[in-house]
Parts: sequence; C-alpha cells; structure tokens
Amino acid sequence: MTGTHTMTGLHLAVALADAGWHPAAWRDPAARPGALFTARYWAGLAAEAERGLLDLLTIEDSLGLQSSDPVAPDDRTDQVRGRLDAVLVAARLAPATSRIGLVPTTITTHTEPFHVSIGIASLDYASRGRAGWRPQVAGARLSDAAHFGRRTFPEFDLPWFATPDGKAFSAELFGEAADFVEVVRRLWDSWEDDAEIRDAATGRFLDRDKLHYIDFEGAHFSVRGPSITPRPPQGQPLVTALAHDVGPYEFAARGADVVYITPHSRPDAVTIVAQVREAERTTGRVGEPLRIFADLVVFLDDVPGAALARKARLDELDGAALASDAEIFAGTPGELADLLLDWRDAGLDGFRLRPGVLPSDLEGIARGLVPVLQGRGAFRTAYETTTLRGHLGLSRPANRYATA
Amino acid sequence: MPAKQIHLAAHFPGVNNTTVWTDPRSASQIDFGSFVHLAETAERGKFDFFFLAEGLRLREMKGRIHDLDVAGRPESLTVLSALSAVTTRLGLAATVNSTFNEPYEVARRLATLDHLSGGRAAWNVVTSWDAFTGENFRRGGYLAEADRYTRAAEFLHTARELWDSWTGGDLVADPDEAEFIRPGAGAFAHRGAQFDIAGRFNVPRPPQGHPVIIQAGDSYEGREFAAADADVIFSRHGTLEDGRAFYKDVKSRLARYGRRPGDLKIMPAVTYVLGDTEEDAAERATEIRRAQVSPQNAIAFLEGYWGRDLSAYDPDGPLPDIEPDLDEGVSKGRAQFRGDRGETVRRWRELAAERGLSIRELVIEATARQTFVGTARSVADRIDEFVQTDAADGFVFVPHLTPGGLDDLVEHVVPLLQEKGVFRADYTGPTLRDHLGLRVPRVHSTRSEREAS
Repeated sequence: MTGTHTMTGLHLAVALADAGWHPAAWRDPAARPGALFTARYWAGLAAEAERGLLDLLTIEDSLGLQSSDPVAPDDRTDQVRGRLDAVLVAARLAPATSRIGLVPTTITTHTEPFHVSIGIASLDYASRGRAGWRPQVAGARLSDAAHFGRRTFPEFDLPWFATPDGKAFSAELFGEAADFVEVVRRLWDSWEDDAEIRDAATGRFLDRDKLHYIDFEGAHFSVRGPSITPRPPQGQPLVTALAHDVGPYEFAARGADVVYITPHSRPDAVTIVAQVREAERTTGRVGEPLRIFADLVVFLDDVPGAALARKARLDELDGAALASDAEIFAGTPGELADLLLDWRDAGLDGFRLRPGVLPSDLEGIARGLVPVLQGRGAFRTAYETTTLRGHLGLSRPANRYATA
Repeated sequence: MPAKQIHLAAHFPGVNNTTVWTDPRSASQIDFGSFVHLAETAERGKFDFFFLAEGLRLREMKGRIHDLDVAGRPESLTVLSALSAVTTRLGLAATVNSTFNEPYEVARRLATLDHLSGGRAAWNVVTSWDAFTGENFRRGGYLAEADRYTRAAEFLHTARELWDSWTGGDLVADPDEAEFIRPGAGAFAHRGAQFDIAGRFNVPRPPQGHPVIIQAGDSYEGREFAAADADVIFSRHGTLEDGRAFYKDVKSRLARYGRRPGDLKIMPAVTYVLGDTEEDAAERATEIRRAQVSPQNAIAFLEGYWGRDLSAYDPDGPLPDIEPDLDEGVSKGRAQFRGDRGETVRRWRELAAERGLSIRELVIEATARQTFVGTARSVADRIDEFVQTDAADGFVFVPHLTPGGLDDLVEHVVPLLQEKGVFRADYTGPTLRDHLGLRVPRVHSTRSEREAS
C-alpha cells in the first residue's frame, strides 16, 4: 500500500515546543530563553515556518510542569519549565500568519470537550480556515490529575503500564479520548452551514431545524449540544494524533485525519504504515485514508559534522544523551532530504520535524531543507490553497446532520 | 482638584435581543473581521478595554431553541488572544464561568492571555447553577443555587493562589548559571470545601501580577463579592439617582476588606444614540427601539412573564386577557426573571389601559430605552456628569449594531471628553491596570513564607 502523494509531493509540519526538543536547547547560544513566554517569540517562529511554506505547525501543551521523569514531576531547575496554553498561542498566531495551519494540543483527560470544541472552532474563525487540533491523553503524567482533584488514578510506575491492569487503564484513557473527539466533531457539525437565516419577514435570526442536539452519552461525560459556535469555516478542522502502538493507531483511525508515527528506520516505517492501514480496516474507517506523517527530531547545519557536534555539546550540558520516542537526525539539509525521500517510499505522506533548538533548527528546515526538496521537485514552491484541509488535499466535509 | 477621569469599555454583543440584525449595516456576529473592527475602533478611542460575554448553551423558549435573536459566538479567550495580535494597548476582558471550569485551567489560560498581550487580560467571573447549561459538561448541574458565590469566591481565591505560586523572580532563564527556574516555582496546595488540589502551576507570574477581575451582579452577594475581590463591577443602573445610590453602597463596602474607594471601578452597561439635533436623536432612538422589539420578539417577551404560549395573540392588539401561569417558566438559558411576575403583569395592564398601548408598544415602553440620547455634545456632557457626580467611574458601551455600532461614539463623543480633560488623549502605560489606575497586587503569601509556616 502506498501513501496518498499529491502533485506537490511531501507534506511538512514542524512541532514547536519550548526552546526546542533538546532539554538543554535553551542554553544554546542561538536560543532566546528569556522570551519563551512572549508573543513575539512565537510569532517569529510561525513567520519562519510560513516562510518555509510548511503545511502546519503543532504546539505542545501540558497541564503540569515538564519533567525528565516520564511518570512523575522532578525538581530540576536546569531545564525549561512552564508552558503557555497552546490554543491561545495558536490564536495569537492566527492574525500574524496567512497560510500555515495552526495545530495546538489539548489534554483530553482533564478538560471539557465542549470548551475544546468551541476553542478550536474559534481558532478556525480567527485563522479563516487554518485550525487543526491534536488531542492527547494525559498518559503517564497522571500526577497532573492532582491539579484538578476530580479523579484519582492508581499508583503506578512505567513497568505498570505493561501489566494487564496498566493496559486496561491505558485503554480506558484512550476510550475517553475517542469519546472526546466524537463529541468535539459532533459539536462542530451541530450547526448546519446555513442555520443563520436573518429572515426579517418572520423575525427569525436562526432556522432552528438546522441546529442539532448531539445527545452524546458516554462513560465519562454526556453532552447535549448544540454548540454555541456556528460550524467553523473548514466544517471540520483537521484532527491529528501522535501514536506509538496499535491501540493509539486505532484511536487515530477512528477520529483523526492525520497520524504522527515514530519509525526509527525505513523498514520500521513500512511495518508501522501497515499497522496503521490495518487499524483503519479493523475500525471500519470510511472516507479519506489517514495521512501518515513520521516524526523526526532534527539538528541541521550546512557544515558537515557541525549539527552532530552541536547536539553532542547540548547532551554534555544536560548531563545525558538526548532520548526521544522519535528518531534523532543530525546532519546537513541535503542529508535530511535524502532520508525523507527514502522513507517516503515506505508509504508516508509527510513528516513532522521537531527542531532540536529553536529558532535555529527551524531556520535549518525553512531555509535549508525546503529549498533542497524544492530543487528535487518534492515540495511546493508556493501555497496552493488557503485552508489547512486544502493543503492536505482534504475537501470540506459534508455535515453529518444535514438532510438536504 | 483635577477632574475625575472616565473609564470606557466596548462590549461586543453576543447573544441578545438588542442587536438590530435586520439593519443592512449589521454584519456577521462570528467572522473574525467583526471582532477586529470593534476592537480597533475601541483602541482608536483609547478605551480601557474590550469585553466579551459568555453563554454556554443556546437559549430555549417553550422547549425549543430560541430563534428570534442573534446567536452564535466564539470562545472568549481564544478570540481575545487573536485580538491581542491586532491591538497594542486595549485591555481584553473575557467572561469565564466558575461553575463549568476548573481553577488550574482557567488560571492558566488567563495567565497565558496576560503574557501574550503584555499585561492586558481581564476576567469577568460569572457563576451559574442551572442543570440546563450543565447538560453540556462533565459535572452537570449539580450546584445548589446558594452555593454559587461560595464556589465562585473559592474559585477566584484558588486562581489567585496559582498566579502567586510563581513570584516575579522565579523565571530566571540564565544559561550561564544553568538555572531556568528557581527551586519550587509554581508549587501550590489548596485544600478547601470546593477544591482540593496540589502540585505545580505551569505558567510564570503574569505581567499584571493578577489579571484584572470583573464582577457583574447586583444582588447582596454580588456586591459583597465585588467589594472583597473585584477590580471592576458592571451594573445596570442607567439613571443618575440609581447610579449614585449603587455607587455609594458598593464603595462603602470596600473599607471592611481593607480596600480604598479607587480600588474598585464601577462601570454600568449603557447604550446611546447620537443625532444632529436632540429631536433627530430622539427620533432615531425610537426607530431603533421599534427595530429591536419585532412583533415576534414582543410576544416572546410577554411569554417569559406569562409563563405560557401567547402565539395566538396579535402583537398590535391589546395585552392577553388570560392570567399568567406563575408556576411555569417557558424560557431557559437566560437570566431568570426575579421578583413577582404577577405584580409586573398587573402593572403593565394598568399602563397599557391608561395609555392605550398594544402588546408591542407596551414592550417597547417596558424594556430599557437607550441611556444616552442626544447630540454628541449633550451626550458627552451627560457622561461626564454621571462620572463627576459619582454615579459611575465609567461605562461599558453596548452597541446595537455589529460591528460598526461604536464608530460614531469614538468619532464624535470621545474627542469632546478629551477636550474636557476627563478622558485620556492617549494611553499612558502598557497594561490594563495602568489604564484603570489599579495597583499591581503583591504576592499575598510568598512560597518561602508558606514553606516556613
């Protein structure tokens, strides 16, 4: 099975987080650690990504401090701690950009689907059709539950997640996330496009027959609807999910438009792509196939060996070699282009690149990698559409509630 | 003594029955361009802030979605964050419900808006208890009405604890010392009847210390809540006499909480109509009132008081002869009618009989007329009189057209206020606290004090 290549070739996304994906990135001479909580910092990154004609940027989110321990908070003070709300950062970027897709993360375990639905819909209005969303389960960071105090989770460590209890628990969190996505999507459709009629003759602003209760009832929440926000410009903003295992592939196959996967080699990519396509079959997915993006952490430098040396210096500063769920690449833009075009043939639609250091490795993508790919005819030379769905070749979907 | 300075805010009308959507100048209620237009107008007029209300469920009448009024709105904080990119000084005020949210998330989102806007965020704290709205949320409508302010007060105090969990110096970001944060930054523990939470807050202290806190509520509990905790209170007192009584009452409550009169700004929500002459303005005001009260809206309005279906009655005919059903309500999702509906209906019947009013005429008469009607000069004088005689500290202007409804106010009235020396010619500081003349709150209990205790 091959991917869904379009005429423009590869799709490229950049994942923005903190000062970059290396925990010591903020100590790189090119970093701007004092600016991480300012609008100017984020606007500069978005402008750079848009200069590179990227399909979309994602923004990480969390409901607790970052930690070097996957399952618990730590007391480290030598790494970036603290994060702004990703939906609001994306909204701040909307008027400052014109084409790039804006895809904030929200945590499904502790938030309200109603609020998230109207937040992403509002982002779609503010960006005139460029909103996406990445739902994420709290996963191993269950300690954040104490920040909300409305549910208690079992005591656990990382090995516990491999036990039957741990697996069942994980499945429950993903089940809740699947319900969450379903509610969000139904709310987006709960106003038909022509529900606002402004009919002076009858005095009616709305045609109430075109507004729909969603009447969702699930194990964790029930939501009546309809939304308070009319159907967003894209109809359904783009839903994306990061997934590392069959359960999450099925979660993505049920509710997402794009899945980010983390292969470590081309054969690995072949295997995972097959698993994703299998998940599409087992979940009975209909319509557009998932767009599959592979995640890579990237350090880029035009001078051979320089990127690797830079990463090594950051490893030394941090006291440990960078560990990541995704493959780590350090090299020249030309070498990265070789790798992407090779892996693409495993059936990938594109890549989500996680810059090791911001803004320098994002500049390496926009000013280094992109021109190389363009030179090989593998990436767009101008934006061809104005919406995020459009960039990915997805049409505006019909409304599930529309009868006419 | 220099003249008292006026504070001004612009309200983007969301769901309401005052927006004249039949007017050809009435544009989209949801397109981002409409929000940009009003925000830019307000900033051009050097307003203190731009304000968005909230409603988390579409209103219903007689068990069906209410279809006569403008409806459909964005999520407040999201649209305000976007507006922070197209404005530089204007304050940005969001209404966020304390019943269907959790303190950690709300505190975090408001702190984020304050960071992204460089200190321009405000929070209008509202509460609700109705199971009707609760049907859209995890928690449902479990809250007893009497607990509304209890939860709201504890919610706000918890949010303040979260903002205080980072002191100004906790964000170090010094690569040479390898110190990004100070130890313990963001640590908090709140053990209360409504919230029992602990851990680490993940947004550094906002530029304003705490976003500006707004309260809208006229009840005894609302006034006490504002006196104890708010920086701005909205009210509906549109006459000089009512305004002065409210002003005196609320300001007198501040001392008990160790606060000064200037620490709480009183800003009634008001409407206005301008004309070339007084007669011209009055004529336009009447036209607008007729457009606001459509025949269908007049019937719907009475149904809210009668508690029954009145669709068979002619809006241009006399008031319904049947008696109101005082046990039943027909309206959901809007502020409930307080007081004695039977008494109200009796009073209206008298008024209608005495003046020979039809249903529609009665509703026009019985519902609020515009606060300020006149020439730009007389409206400016009247606004100034309210403020100088302590009936208000300023006003929240609610336009009847979206999004151009404040254009003429900013063009014609604001310059007159500036001429009088009672309104800023330009912003003097970057933050909303600067505009409102409010102090930056100190960290009530620093982390080291808490740890030492």
